[in-house]
Amino acid sequence: MLEYGLRFLAGGIAVSAFAAISDTLRPRSFAGLFGAAPSIALATLLITLSQKGAPFAAVEGRSMIVGAFALATYSWMACVLLKKFLLSSWTATMAALVIWFVVALGLSAALFQLS
Amino acid sequence: MIIQFKTSALRQTRWYEYLVRFVLGGAMTVVAGLIAARFGPVVGGLFLAFPAIFPASATLIEKHVRERKEEAGLPGARRGKEAAALDAAGAALGSFGLAAFGLIVWSMIVQSPAWALVLAAASWLAVAVLTWHVRRWL
Repeated sequence: MLEYGLRFLAGGIAVSAFAAISDTLRPRSFAGLFGAAPSIALATLLITLSQKGAPFAAVEGRSMIVGAFALATYSWMACVLLKKFLLSSWTATMAALVIWFVVALGLSAALFQLS
Repeated sequence: MIIQFKTSALRQTRWYEYLVRFVLGGAMTVVAGLIAARFGPVVGGLFLAFPAIFPASATLIEKHVRERKEEAGLPGARRGKEAAALDAAGAALGSFGLAAFGLIVWSMIVQSPAWALVLAAASWLAVAVLTWHVRRWL
């Protein structure tokens, strides 16, 4: 329970800090880089290292590469839905989540067996 | 194009909007931990790159830009969406930095955990900024 409380606190702080930095930056496309900041990753890996050890964290890092390509596809799709189809931000970013799941799980299954 | 810091932008975000980000970020970190515990590190690692707060952030950007334009007597709906689209384009470029982060963690964390995290964070920033510059040159 304490572990998950720590995760919540660390994740909340890391995400809020990167989001606040992003708010202050211009141009907007540069600020957007921080939308792909490793906020959840840093918070998670610090706790994973102490709880489950470095080999577990290394495997998470390898999967994260696949997750990052899924995030790139997701962000590009959200951009297209916003710019070309003029959907609202909420609708576009929620609809694009399907792409994240398809790319992340599909690539994972193709590259390394999901376990 | 010059990269600028506008600290005044922080005042536009309301306290409950900061709270939403904190709670979503915290909740997603807990969920990522639960997924890793239940399904193992292969699936768990994917969720370290999940766009957890992206929908909330994009909605805030659209809302802030729309409000600013409408206060100035201009139609803001389209500009709000364009601003959110630019943010999403930036996140797509930043994702390459996130892949570099994962690569460093994967290759170094067993040998040197602390240095791996420091180098991974530096690599994320370097690759993300470089990718952004390359995109502008093309």
